[in-house]
Amino acid sequence: MVKRYFRPEIELLSRDALKELQFKRLKKIINKVYNLVPHYREKFKRAGVKPSNLKSLEDIRLFPFTTREDLFVDYPFGLLAEPLEKVVRLHTSSGTTGKPKALFFSKEDIKAQAELIARSLVMSGATASDILQNSMTYGLFTGALVMHYGAELLGMLVIPAGPGNTERQIELMQTFGTTCIHMTPSYALYVATIIQERGIRPGIDIKLKRAYLGAEPYSEETRRKIETMLKVEVYNCYGLSEMGGPGVGFECPAKDGLHIWEDAFLVEVVNPNTGEPLNPGEVGELVLTTLNRTAMPLIRYRTKDLTTLLEGPCHCGRTHIKIARILGRADDMFIVRGVNIFPQQIEGVLMSIKGVAQNYQIILEGYDEMTIKVEIDREFFDGRIERILKLREEITERLRQALQVRPKVELVEPGTLPISEGKAKRVIDKRVL
Amino acid sequence: MKIVEILSIFAENKPGKLEKITEVLAHEMINILGFSIASVKDFGVIKLLVDDVDRAYEKFKEKGFIVAKLPAFGIELEDRPGGLYEVVRKISAKGINIESALVYVVETRKRAFFVFEVEAPHRTWELLKEENFNFLETSQLRTKQ
Repeated sequence: MVKRYFRPEIELLSRDALKELQFKRLKKIINKVYNLVPHYREKFKRAGVKPSNLKSLEDIRLFPFTTREDLFVDYPFGLLAEPLEKVVRLHTSSGTTGKPKALFFSKEDIKAQAELIARSLVMSGATASDILQNSMTYGLFTGALVMHYGAELLGMLVIPAGPGNTERQIELMQTFGTTCIHMTPSYALYVATIIQERGIRPGIDIKLKRAYLGAEPYSEETRRKIETMLKVEVYNCYGLSEMGGPGVGFECPAKDGLHIWEDAFLVEVVNPNTGEPLNPGEVGELVLTTLNRTAMPLIRYRTKDLTTLLEGPCHCGRTHIKIARILGRADDMFIVRGVNIFPQQIEGVLMSIKGVAQNYQIILEGYDEMTIKVEIDREFFDGRIERILKLREEITERLRQALQVRPKVELVEPGTLPISEGKAKRVIDKRVL
Repeated sequence: MKIVEILSIFAENKPGKLEKITEVLAHEMINILGFSIASVKDFGVIKLLVDDVDRAYEKFKEKGFIVAKLPAFGIELEDRPGGLYEVVRKISAKGINIESALVYVVETRKRAFFVFEVEAPHRTWELLKEENFNFLETSQLRTKQ
Protein backbone atom coordinates (compact mmCIF):
# COMPACT_ATOMS: atom_id res chain seq x y z
CA MET A 1 0.00 0.00 0.00
CA VAL A 2 1.20 3.48 -0.86
CA LYS A 3 1.77 5.56 2.23
CA ARG A 4 0.14 8.95 2.07
CA TYR A 5 0.58 11.96 4.28
CA PHE A 6 -1.25 15.27 4.52
CA ARG A 7 1.77 17.19 5.85
CA PRO A 8 4.75 14.87 5.39
CA GLU A 9 7.27 17.54 6.39
CA ILE A 10 5.70 17.63 9.87
CA GLU A 11 4.42 14.07 10.18
CA LEU A 12 7.79 12.52 9.30
CA LEU A 13 9.98 15.06 11.08
CA SER A 14 12.84 13.41 12.99
CA ARG A 15 12.42 13.12 16.76
CA ASP A 16 15.20 15.62 17.38
CA ALA A 17 13.81 18.19 15.00
CA LEU A 18 10.33 17.63 16.45
CA LYS A 19 11.63 18.25 19.98
CA GLU A 20 13.40 21.37 18.83
CA LEU A 21 10.17 22.62 17.28
CA GLN A 22 8.28 21.79 20.48
CA PHE A 23 10.77 23.66 22.64
CA LYS A 24 10.62 26.73 20.43
CA ARG A 25 6.83 26.74 20.58
CA LEU A 26 6.67 25.96 24.28
CA LYS A 27 8.93 28.90 25.11
CA LYS A 28 6.77 31.20 23.08
CA ILE A 29 3.50 30.04 24.63
CA ILE A 30 4.81 30.10 28.22
CA ASN A 31 5.94 33.68 27.66
CA LYS A 32 2.64 34.57 26.08
CA VAL A 33 0.44 33.33 28.94
CA TYR A 34 2.79 34.84 31.53
CA ASN A 35 2.56 38.22 29.88
CA LEU A 36 -1.08 38.22 28.82
CA VAL A 37 -3.07 36.02 31.21
CA PRO A 38 -3.17 37.32 34.79
CA HIS A 39 -4.30 33.97 36.17
CA TYR A 40 -1.30 32.18 34.66
CA ARG A 41 1.11 34.85 35.84
CA GLU A 42 -0.35 34.48 39.32
CA LYS A 43 -0.06 30.67 39.20
CA PHE A 44 3.54 30.79 37.98
CA LYS A 45 4.43 33.27 40.71
CA ARG A 46 2.87 31.11 43.39
CA ALA A 47 4.86 28.14 42.07
CA GLY A 48 8.01 30.29 42.03
CA VAL A 49 8.70 29.93 38.30
CA LYS A 50 9.29 32.37 35.50
CA PRO A 51 9.39 31.79 31.73
CA SER A 52 13.18 32.16 31.95
CA ASN A 53 13.33 28.95 34.03
CA LEU A 54 12.39 27.00 30.93
CA LYS A 55 15.75 25.90 29.56
CA SER A 56 14.74 22.56 28.08
CA LEU A 57 11.56 20.66 27.27
CA GLU A 58 11.91 18.71 30.51
CA ASP A 59 11.70 21.97 32.47
CA ILE A 60 7.96 21.95 31.76
CA ARG A 61 7.78 19.97 35.01
CA LEU A 62 8.67 23.10 36.95
CA PHE A 63 5.43 24.71 35.86
CA PRO A 64 2.11 24.17 37.63
CA PHE A 65 -0.70 22.05 36.21
CA THR A 66 -3.87 23.57 34.84
CA THR A 67 -6.98 21.82 36.13
CA ARG A 68 -10.62 22.17 35.23
CA GLU A 69 -11.02 24.42 38.28
CA ASP A 70 -8.65 26.92 36.65
CA LEU A 71 -11.09 27.21 33.77
CA PHE A 72 -13.63 28.70 36.15
CA VAL A 73 -11.37 31.43 37.51
CA ASP A 74 -12.30 34.81 35.97
CA TYR A 75 -14.98 32.87 34.08
CA PRO A 76 -15.75 32.95 31.21
CA PHE A 77 -13.10 35.09 29.48
CA GLY A 78 -10.32 35.05 32.09
CA LEU A 79 -7.92 32.68 30.33
CA LEU A 80 -7.96 34.47 26.98
CA ALA A 81 -4.52 35.36 25.68
CA GLU A 82 -5.92 37.36 22.78
CA PRO A 83 -8.41 40.22 22.69
CA LEU A 84 -12.02 39.14 22.18
CA GLU A 85 -11.99 40.50 18.61
CA LYS A 86 -9.55 37.74 17.67
CA VAL A 87 -11.87 35.05 19.02
CA VAL A 88 -14.25 33.50 16.52
CA ARG A 89 -15.64 30.39 18.17
CA LEU A 90 -16.96 29.23 21.53
CA HIS A 91 -17.28 25.59 22.46
CA THR A 92 -18.39 24.33 25.82
CA SER A 93 -17.89 21.09 27.57
CA SER A 94 -20.35 20.00 30.18
CA GLY A 95 -19.01 19.61 33.64
CA THR A 96 -20.71 17.19 35.98
CA THR A 97 -21.98 20.09 38.05
CA GLY A 98 -22.68 23.75 37.49
CA LYS A 99 -21.47 25.86 34.59
CA PRO A 100 -19.92 24.37 31.45
CA LYS A 101 -16.27 24.86 30.64
CA ALA A 102 -15.96 27.73 28.16
CA LEU A 103 -13.33 27.25 25.46
CA PHE A 104 -12.41 29.86 22.88
CA PHE A 105 -10.76 29.57 19.53
CA SER A 106 -9.31 32.05 17.08
CA LYS A 107 -9.40 31.72 13.31
CA GLU A 108 -5.89 30.25 13.39
CA ASP A 109 -6.92 27.77 16.11
CA ILE A 110 -9.86 26.53 14.04
CA LYS A 111 -7.61 26.12 11.02
CA ALA A 112 -4.88 24.37 12.97
CA GLN A 113 -7.29 21.88 14.53
CA ALA A 114 -8.88 21.21 11.15
CA GLU A 115 -5.43 20.40 9.82
CA LEU A 116 -4.87 17.87 12.61
CA ILE A 117 -8.11 16.19 11.58
CA ALA A 118 -7.17 16.25 7.91
CA ARG A 119 -3.81 14.64 8.70
CA SER A 120 -5.59 12.01 10.78
CA LEU A 121 -8.15 11.21 8.11
CA VAL A 122 -5.43 10.80 5.48
CA MET A 123 -3.58 8.63 7.98
CA SER A 124 -6.60 6.30 8.06
CA GLY A 125 -6.55 6.05 4.27
CA ALA A 126 -9.30 8.54 3.49
CA THR A 127 -9.16 10.75 0.41
CA ALA A 128 -11.13 13.64 -1.05
CA SER A 129 -13.44 11.14 -2.76
CA ASP A 130 -14.69 9.75 0.53
CA ILE A 131 -18.08 10.63 1.98
CA LEU A 132 -18.19 11.30 5.70
CA GLN A 133 -21.42 11.00 7.65
CA ASN A 134 -20.83 13.05 10.75
CA SER A 135 -23.13 11.72 13.45
CA MET A 136 -21.77 13.57 16.45
CA THR A 137 -23.67 16.41 18.09
CA TYR A 138 -23.41 19.71 16.24
CA GLY A 139 -23.44 22.76 18.44
CA LEU A 140 -21.58 23.64 21.56
CA PHE A 141 -19.88 20.26 21.64
CA THR A 142 -16.61 20.16 19.66
CA GLY A 143 -17.12 16.64 18.32
CA ALA A 144 -19.04 17.34 15.13
CA LEU A 145 -17.89 20.80 14.05
CA VAL A 146 -14.18 20.18 14.41
CA MET A 147 -14.39 16.94 12.44
CA HIS A 148 -16.56 18.71 9.89
CA TYR A 149 -13.96 21.42 9.25
CA GLY A 150 -11.14 18.90 9.05
CA ALA A 151 -12.96 16.64 6.61
CA GLU A 152 -13.81 19.62 4.42
CA LEU A 153 -10.20 20.74 4.49
CA LEU A 154 -9.25 17.33 3.13
CA GLY A 155 -11.99 17.69 0.53
CA MET A 156 -14.34 14.94 1.64
CA LEU A 157 -18.06 15.29 1.10
CA VAL A 158 -19.47 15.84 4.57
CA ILE A 159 -23.01 14.83 5.50
CA PRO A 160 -23.78 16.80 8.67
CA ALA A 161 -26.20 14.18 9.97
CA GLY A 162 -25.85 14.85 13.67
CA PRO A 163 -26.68 12.14 16.17
CA GLY A 164 -29.85 10.12 16.67
CA ASN A 165 -32.75 9.28 14.34
CA THR A 166 -31.20 5.97 13.45
CA GLU A 167 -33.66 5.26 10.64
CA ARG A 168 -32.54 8.43 8.90
CA GLN A 169 -28.87 7.65 9.54
CA ILE A 170 -29.23 4.34 7.74
CA GLU A 171 -31.24 5.95 4.95
CA LEU A 172 -28.49 8.55 4.44
CA MET A 173 -25.87 5.81 4.30
CA GLN A 174 -27.86 3.97 1.63
CA THR A 175 -28.86 7.01 -0.43
CA PHE A 176 -25.52 8.80 -0.58
CA GLY A 177 -23.16 5.87 -0.30
CA THR A 178 -21.49 7.02 2.90
CA THR A 179 -17.98 5.57 3.15
CA CYS A 180 -16.92 6.94 6.55
CA ILE A 181 -18.85 7.54 9.74
CA HIS A 182 -17.96 9.54 12.82
CA MET A 183 -19.90 8.74 15.99
CA THR A 184 -19.57 7.44 19.52
CA PRO A 185 -18.80 3.73 19.90
CA SER A 186 -21.97 3.10 21.89
CA TYR A 187 -24.06 4.67 19.15
CA ALA A 188 -22.14 2.74 16.48
CA LEU A 189 -23.05 -0.49 18.28
CA TYR A 190 -26.65 0.58 18.37
CA VAL A 191 -26.71 1.51 14.69
CA ALA A 192 -25.00 -1.77 13.83
CA THR A 193 -27.64 -3.69 15.77
CA ILE A 194 -30.48 -1.93 13.96
CA ILE A 195 -28.79 -2.53 10.60
CA GLN A 196 -28.56 -6.22 11.45
CA GLU A 197 -32.17 -6.38 12.60
CA ARG A 198 -33.40 -4.73 9.41
CA GLY A 199 -31.57 -7.29 7.32
CA ILE A 200 -29.47 -4.57 5.65
CA ARG A 201 -26.26 -6.10 4.34
CA PRO A 202 -23.05 -4.19 5.14
CA GLY A 203 -20.74 -4.27 2.12
CA ILE A 204 -23.71 -4.63 -0.25
CA ASP A 205 -26.60 -2.37 0.79
CA ILE A 206 -24.37 0.07 2.60
CA LYS A 207 -20.75 0.61 1.71
CA LEU A 208 -18.98 1.84 4.79
CA LYS A 209 -15.20 1.59 4.81
CA ARG A 210 -14.15 3.36 7.97
CA ALA A 211 -15.67 4.31 11.28
CA TYR A 212 -14.05 7.02 13.38
CA LEU A 213 -15.23 6.32 16.88
CA GLY A 214 -14.46 8.48 19.86
CA ALA A 215 -15.74 10.74 22.66
CA GLU A 216 -15.96 7.79 25.04
CA PRO A 217 -13.48 5.06 25.83
CA TYR A 218 -14.11 1.57 24.49
CA SER A 219 -12.33 -1.74 24.44
CA GLU A 220 -10.54 -3.69 21.74
CA GLU A 221 -13.37 -6.25 21.85
CA THR A 222 -15.94 -3.55 21.13
CA ARG A 223 -13.83 -2.39 18.19
CA ARG A 224 -13.74 -5.91 16.77
CA LYS A 225 -17.45 -6.37 17.30
CA ILE A 226 -18.26 -3.18 15.39
CA GLU A 227 -15.76 -4.02 12.65
CA THR A 228 -17.41 -7.40 12.11
CA MET A 229 -20.98 -6.14 12.31
CA LEU A 230 -20.50 -3.21 9.92
CA LYS A 231 -17.63 -4.58 7.83
CA VAL A 232 -15.52 -1.48 8.47
CA GLU A 233 -12.13 -0.50 9.78
CA VAL A 234 -12.64 1.20 13.12
CA TYR A 235 -10.21 3.97 14.01
CA ASN A 236 -10.03 5.18 17.55
CA CYS A 237 -10.24 8.92 17.74
CA TYR A 238 -9.40 10.83 20.88
CA GLY A 239 -9.96 14.40 21.81
CA LEU A 240 -11.31 16.73 24.41
CA SER A 241 -12.85 20.15 24.03
CA GLU A 242 -10.16 21.76 26.18
CA MET A 243 -7.59 20.64 23.60
CA GLY A 244 -9.73 21.66 20.63
CA GLY A 245 -11.90 18.57 20.32
CA PRO A 246 -11.27 15.50 18.18
CA GLY A 247 -7.98 15.14 16.34
CA VAL A 248 -5.74 15.23 19.40
CA GLY A 249 -5.00 11.52 19.18
CA PHE A 250 -5.81 9.31 16.24
CA GLU A 251 -4.99 5.77 15.21
CA CYS A 252 -3.00 4.92 12.11
CA PRO A 253 -3.57 1.66 10.20
CA ALA A 254 -1.24 -0.12 12.66
CA LYS A 255 -4.14 0.24 15.15
CA ASP A 256 -1.68 -0.02 17.95
CA GLY A 257 -2.06 3.18 19.87
CA LEU A 258 -3.07 6.72 18.96
CA HIS A 259 -0.61 9.23 17.55
CA ILE A 260 -0.68 12.59 19.23
CA TRP A 261 0.41 15.41 16.94
CA GLU A 262 3.40 16.64 18.86
CA ASP A 263 3.87 19.81 16.88
CA ALA A 264 0.55 20.86 18.45
CA PHE A 265 0.73 19.24 21.87
CA LEU A 266 3.34 18.52 24.48
CA VAL A 267 2.50 15.14 25.95
CA GLU A 268 3.08 13.96 29.52
CA VAL A 269 1.68 11.08 31.55
CA VAL A 270 1.70 11.59 35.31
CA ASN A 271 0.70 9.77 38.45
CA PRO A 272 -2.86 11.04 39.06
CA ASN A 273 -2.28 11.27 42.79
CA THR A 274 1.19 12.79 43.03
CA GLY A 275 1.58 14.50 39.65
CA GLU A 276 4.98 12.85 39.22
CA PRO A 277 5.95 12.01 35.63
CA LEU A 278 5.61 8.34 34.65
CA ASN A 279 7.71 6.25 32.29
CA PRO A 280 6.43 4.79 29.04
CA GLY A 281 4.38 1.69 29.86
CA GLU A 282 3.15 3.05 33.18
CA VAL A 283 -0.55 3.93 33.35
CA GLY A 284 -1.40 7.41 34.50
CA GLU A 285 -3.18 10.62 33.66
CA LEU A 286 -2.57 12.26 30.32
CA VAL A 287 -1.38 15.87 30.65
CA LEU A 288 -1.31 18.08 27.57
CA THR A 289 0.09 21.51 26.77
CA THR A 290 -1.15 23.31 23.68
CA LEU A 291 1.85 24.40 21.63
CA ASN A 292 0.22 26.51 18.96
CA ARG A 293 -3.14 27.50 20.39
CA THR A 294 -3.51 31.28 20.20
CA ALA A 295 -6.80 32.34 21.84
CA MET A 296 -6.74 30.17 24.93
CA PRO A 297 -3.50 28.28 25.47
CA LEU A 298 -3.53 25.70 28.24
CA ILE A 299 -0.37 24.72 30.07
CA ARG A 300 -0.05 21.20 31.50
CA TYR A 301 -3.77 20.54 31.40
CA ARG A 302 -4.91 17.56 33.47
CA THR A 303 -7.15 15.64 31.06
CA LYS A 304 -8.35 13.11 33.67
CA ASP A 305 -7.93 10.47 30.97
CA LEU A 306 -5.88 7.43 31.85
CA THR A 307 -3.41 6.04 29.35
CA THR A 308 0.22 5.13 28.88
CA LEU A 309 2.94 6.34 26.50
CA LEU A 310 4.03 3.95 23.77
CA GLU A 311 7.53 4.68 22.54
CA GLY A 312 9.34 3.47 19.48
CA PRO A 313 8.96 3.85 15.73
CA CYS A 314 5.61 3.17 14.07
CA HIS A 315 4.94 1.12 10.93
CA CYS A 316 3.18 4.07 9.37
CA GLY A 317 6.39 6.09 9.40
CA ARG A 318 5.07 8.94 11.53
CA THR A 319 7.42 10.05 14.25
CA HIS A 320 4.79 11.50 16.58
CA ILE A 321 4.38 9.69 19.89
CA LYS A 322 1.59 7.23 20.54
CA ILE A 323 -0.60 6.67 23.58
CA ALA A 324 -2.54 3.53 24.41
CA ARG A 325 -6.30 3.64 23.94
CA ILE A 326 -7.88 5.54 26.81
CA LEU A 327 -8.24 3.07 29.66
CA GLY A 328 -10.80 5.14 31.51
CA ARG A 329 -11.34 8.43 33.24
CA ALA A 330 -9.43 9.14 36.40
CA ASP A 331 -12.96 10.05 37.61
CA ASP A 332 -14.57 6.82 36.38
CA MET A 333 -12.38 4.65 38.50
CA PHE A 334 -14.32 3.29 41.41
CA ILE A 335 -13.27 1.24 44.38
CA VAL A 336 -15.12 -1.88 45.45
CA ARG A 337 -13.94 -3.71 48.54
CA GLY A 338 -10.63 -1.93 48.29
CA VAL A 339 -9.99 -2.82 44.66
CA ASN A 340 -9.59 -0.15 41.96
CA ILE A 341 -11.83 -0.94 39.00
CA PHE A 342 -12.33 0.76 35.62
CA PRO A 343 -15.53 0.18 33.64
CA GLN A 344 -13.28 -0.67 30.66
CA GLN A 345 -11.97 -3.78 32.40
CA ILE A 346 -15.53 -5.03 32.83
CA GLU A 347 -16.44 -4.17 29.25
CA GLY A 348 -13.40 -6.07 28.01
CA VAL A 349 -14.46 -9.24 29.78
CA LEU A 350 -18.12 -8.98 28.78
CA MET A 351 -17.43 -8.39 25.10
CA SER A 352 -15.29 -11.52 24.92
CA ILE A 353 -18.09 -13.79 26.15
CA LYS A 354 -20.45 -15.40 23.64
CA GLY A 355 -24.06 -14.78 24.50
CA VAL A 356 -23.57 -11.24 25.75
CA ALA A 357 -25.17 -8.35 23.83
CA GLN A 358 -23.84 -4.79 23.64
CA ASN A 359 -24.99 -3.07 26.75
CA TYR A 360 -24.18 -3.38 30.39
CA GLN A 361 -24.52 -1.38 33.55
CA ILE A 362 -22.58 -1.40 36.79
CA ILE A 363 -24.54 -0.75 39.95
CA LEU A 364 -22.84 -0.20 43.26
CA GLU A 365 -25.08 -0.43 46.29
CA GLY A 366 -25.45 -1.46 49.89
CA TYR A 367 -22.20 -2.20 51.61
CA ASP A 368 -19.86 -2.37 48.67
CA GLU A 369 -21.95 -4.73 46.57
CA MET A 370 -21.36 -4.65 42.83
CA THR A 371 -24.16 -5.75 40.52
CA ILE A 372 -23.53 -5.93 36.81
CA LYS A 373 -26.54 -5.94 34.54
CA VAL A 374 -25.80 -7.58 31.25
CA GLU A 375 -28.00 -7.78 28.19
CA ILE A 376 -28.17 -11.25 26.73
CA ASP A 377 -27.84 -11.92 23.05
CA ARG A 378 -31.18 -12.73 21.44
CA GLU A 379 -29.64 -15.51 19.34
CA PHE A 380 -28.04 -17.15 22.32
CA PHE A 381 -31.32 -18.15 23.97
CA ASP A 382 -32.30 -21.69 23.00
CA GLY A 383 -35.25 -21.90 25.35
CA ARG A 384 -33.51 -23.65 28.20
CA ILE A 385 -33.05 -21.99 31.54
CA GLU A 386 -29.96 -24.15 32.16
CA ARG A 387 -28.10 -22.43 29.34
CA ILE A 388 -28.86 -19.00 30.82
CA LEU A 389 -27.74 -20.12 34.26
CA LYS A 390 -24.49 -21.40 32.80
CA LEU A 391 -23.91 -18.12 31.01
CA ARG A 392 -24.44 -16.22 34.22
CA GLU A 393 -21.97 -18.46 36.00
CA GLU A 394 -19.40 -17.97 33.27
CA ILE A 395 -19.75 -14.18 33.35
CA THR A 396 -19.50 -14.09 37.13
CA GLU A 397 -16.42 -16.28 37.18
CA ARG A 398 -14.61 -14.48 34.36
CA LEU A 399 -15.26 -11.12 36.03
CA ARG A 400 -14.11 -12.44 39.38
CA GLN A 401 -10.84 -13.53 37.82
CA ALA A 402 -10.30 -10.23 36.04
CA LEU A 403 -11.30 -7.92 38.88
CA GLN A 404 -10.47 -9.93 41.99
CA VAL A 405 -13.95 -9.03 43.21
CA ARG A 406 -16.98 -11.27 42.80
CA PRO A 407 -19.84 -9.32 41.25
CA LYS A 408 -23.51 -10.22 41.24
CA VAL A 409 -24.51 -10.68 37.62
CA GLU A 410 -28.05 -10.01 36.43
CA LEU A 411 -29.09 -10.95 32.93
CA VAL A 412 -31.58 -8.67 31.25
CA GLU A 413 -33.31 -8.54 27.89
CA PRO A 414 -31.53 -6.75 25.05
CA GLY A 415 -32.66 -3.18 24.63
CA THR A 416 -33.65 -2.69 28.25
CA LEU A 417 -30.51 -0.91 29.45
CA PRO A 418 -30.12 2.74 28.51
CA ILE A 419 -28.22 3.30 25.28
CA SER A 420 -26.83 6.72 25.12
CA GLU A 421 -26.34 8.41 21.81
CA GLY A 422 -23.74 10.55 23.51
CA LYS A 423 -21.70 9.26 26.38
CA ALA A 424 -22.96 6.01 27.88
CA LYS A 425 -23.64 6.09 31.59
CA ARG A 426 -22.22 2.82 32.81
CA VAL A 427 -21.76 3.17 36.54
CA ILE A 428 -24.50 3.97 39.01
CA ASP A 429 -23.24 4.40 42.53
CA LYS A 430 -25.99 4.09 45.12
CA ARG A 431 -23.73 3.26 48.03
CA VAL A 432 -24.26 5.20 51.19
CA LEU A 433 -21.18 5.44 53.33
CA MET B 1 -39.90 -38.90 15.95
CA LYS B 2 -43.22 -37.60 17.20
CA ILE B 3 -42.64 -34.35 19.00
CA VAL B 4 -44.61 -31.29 19.92
CA GLU B 5 -43.05 -27.83 19.76
CA ILE B 6 -43.40 -25.51 22.70
CA LEU B 7 -42.38 -21.88 23.03
CA SER B 8 -39.90 -20.67 25.60
CA ILE B 9 -39.60 -17.00 26.50
CA PHE B 10 -36.84 -15.37 28.54
CA ALA B 11 -38.29 -12.85 30.96
CA GLU B 12 -36.82 -10.64 33.59
CA ASN B 13 -38.73 -10.84 36.84
CA LYS B 14 -40.62 -7.59 36.53
CA PRO B 15 -44.26 -6.78 37.21
CA GLY B 16 -46.36 -6.94 34.07
CA LYS B 17 -44.12 -9.32 32.17
CA LEU B 18 -46.63 -12.17 32.01
CA GLU B 19 -49.31 -9.66 31.14
CA LYS B 20 -47.33 -8.49 28.11
CA ILE B 21 -46.75 -12.03 26.95
CA THR B 22 -50.36 -13.12 27.25
CA GLU B 23 -51.49 -9.86 25.66
CA VAL B 24 -49.65 -10.78 22.46
CA LEU B 25 -51.45 -14.12 22.29
CA ALA B 26 -54.84 -12.63 23.17
CA HIS B 27 -54.44 -10.03 20.46
CA GLU B 28 -53.54 -12.69 17.90
CA MET B 29 -56.37 -14.99 19.01
CA ILE B 30 -53.87 -17.72 19.79
CA ASN B 31 -55.01 -20.15 22.45
CA ILE B 32 -52.79 -21.17 25.36
CA LEU B 33 -53.13 -24.91 25.91
CA GLY B 34 -50.67 -25.19 28.76
CA PHE B 35 -47.88 -23.22 30.36
CA SER B 36 -45.21 -23.29 33.02
CA ILE B 37 -42.96 -20.75 34.67
CA ALA B 38 -39.50 -21.45 35.98
CA SER B 39 -37.84 -18.59 37.77
CA VAL B 40 -34.54 -17.94 39.49
CA LYS B 41 -34.80 -14.73 41.48
CA ASP B 42 -34.04 -12.07 38.85
CA PHE B 43 -35.20 -13.80 35.70
CA GLY B 44 -37.29 -16.68 34.52
CA VAL B 45 -38.33 -18.72 31.55
CA ILE B 46 -41.97 -19.00 30.58
CA LYS B 47 -42.94 -22.01 28.47
CA LEU B 48 -46.11 -22.15 26.47
CA LEU B 49 -47.99 -24.75 24.52
CA VAL B 50 -50.20 -22.92 22.04
CA ASP B 51 -52.47 -23.88 19.17
CA ASP B 52 -50.42 -21.98 16.56
CA VAL B 53 -46.78 -22.20 17.55
CA ASP B 54 -45.27 -20.78 14.35
CA ARG B 55 -47.41 -17.68 14.28
CA ALA B 56 -46.95 -17.14 18.01
CA TYR B 57 -43.18 -17.46 17.56
CA GLU B 58 -43.14 -14.88 14.76
CA LYS B 59 -45.31 -12.46 16.70
CA PHE B 60 -43.15 -12.69 19.81
CA LYS B 61 -40.05 -12.11 17.71
CA GLU B 62 -41.64 -9.15 16.02
CA LYS B 63 -42.46 -7.61 19.37
CA GLY B 64 -38.87 -7.98 20.54
CA PHE B 65 -39.29 -10.87 22.95
CA ILE B 66 -36.44 -13.33 23.42
CA VAL B 67 -38.14 -16.48 22.29
CA ALA B 68 -37.14 -19.95 21.16
CA LYS B 69 -38.93 -23.07 19.98
CA LEU B 70 -38.21 -26.25 21.89
CA PRO B 71 -38.98 -29.86 21.04
CA ALA B 72 -40.92 -31.75 23.69
CA PHE B 73 -42.75 -35.04 24.01
CA GLY B 74 -46.47 -35.07 24.73
CA ILE B 75 -47.94 -38.30 26.07
CA GLU B 76 -51.65 -38.78 26.50
CA LEU B 77 -52.98 -39.76 29.88
CA GLU B 78 -56.35 -40.20 31.51
CA ASP B 79 -57.40 -37.21 33.59
CA ARG B 80 -58.16 -39.18 36.73
CA PRO B 81 -56.30 -40.04 39.97
CA GLY B 82 -53.19 -42.02 39.11
CA GLY B 83 -53.24 -40.99 35.43
CA LEU B 84 -49.97 -39.04 35.50
CA TYR B 85 -48.34 -41.59 37.79
CA GLU B 86 -48.84 -44.37 35.27
CA VAL B 87 -47.12 -42.40 32.51
CA VAL B 88 -44.26 -41.04 34.61
CA ARG B 89 -43.58 -44.50 36.07
CA LYS B 90 -42.93 -45.86 32.60
CA ILE B 91 -40.70 -42.92 31.67
CA SER B 92 -38.56 -43.16 34.78
CA ALA B 93 -38.29 -46.93 34.39
CA LYS B 94 -36.30 -46.18 31.20
CA GLY B 95 -33.94 -43.93 33.13
CA ILE B 96 -35.16 -40.79 31.35
CA ASN B 97 -34.71 -37.53 33.21
CA ILE B 98 -37.47 -34.97 32.78
CA GLU B 99 -36.03 -31.46 32.60
CA SER B 100 -39.19 -29.41 32.53
CA ALA B 101 -42.86 -30.20 32.04
CA LEU B 102 -46.35 -28.85 31.68
CA VAL B 103 -49.79 -30.38 31.33
CA TYR B 104 -52.33 -29.85 28.56
CA VAL B 105 -55.82 -30.84 29.56
CA VAL B 106 -57.88 -31.68 26.49
CA GLU B 107 -61.11 -32.60 28.27
CA THR B 108 -61.35 -32.06 31.98
CA ARG B 109 -61.57 -35.34 33.91
CA LYS B 110 -61.16 -37.28 30.70
CA ARG B 111 -58.03 -36.71 28.63
CA ALA B 112 -54.82 -34.76 29.11
CA PHE B 113 -51.26 -34.69 27.79
CA PHE B 114 -48.13 -34.71 29.85
CA VAL B 115 -45.72 -32.46 27.89
CA PHE B 116 -42.08 -32.67 28.91
CA GLU B 117 -38.57 -31.85 27.75
CA VAL B 118 -35.54 -34.06 28.00
CA GLU B 119 -31.87 -33.49 27.39
CA ALA B 120 -31.52 -36.00 24.54
CA PRO B 121 -34.74 -36.18 22.51
CA HIS B 122 -33.50 -38.75 19.96
CA ARG B 123 -32.32 -41.22 22.55
CA THR B 124 -35.52 -40.68 24.51
CA TRP B 125 -37.60 -41.37 21.42
CA GLU B 126 -35.77 -44.64 20.85
CA LEU B 127 -36.57 -45.65 24.41
CA LEU B 128 -40.22 -44.65 24.34
CA LYS B 129 -41.48 -45.32 20.83
CA GLU B 130 -42.31 -48.97 21.52
CA GLU B 131 -44.40 -48.08 24.56
CA ASN B 132 -48.11 -48.03 24.06
CA PHE B 133 -48.29 -44.22 24.21
CA ASN B 134 -50.32 -41.76 22.21
CA PHE B 135 -47.79 -39.04 21.31
CA LEU B 136 -48.94 -35.48 20.73
CA GLU B 137 -47.65 -33.70 17.60
CA THR B 138 -47.54 -30.03 16.68
CA SER B 139 -49.92 -30.54 13.76
CA GLN B 140 -52.64 -31.81 16.11
CA LEU B 141 -52.74 -28.57 18.05
CA ARG B 142 -54.47 -26.52 15.37
CA THR B 143 -57.61 -28.62 15.51
CA LYS B 144 -59.47 -29.49 18.66
CA GLN B 145 -58.44 -32.83 20.14
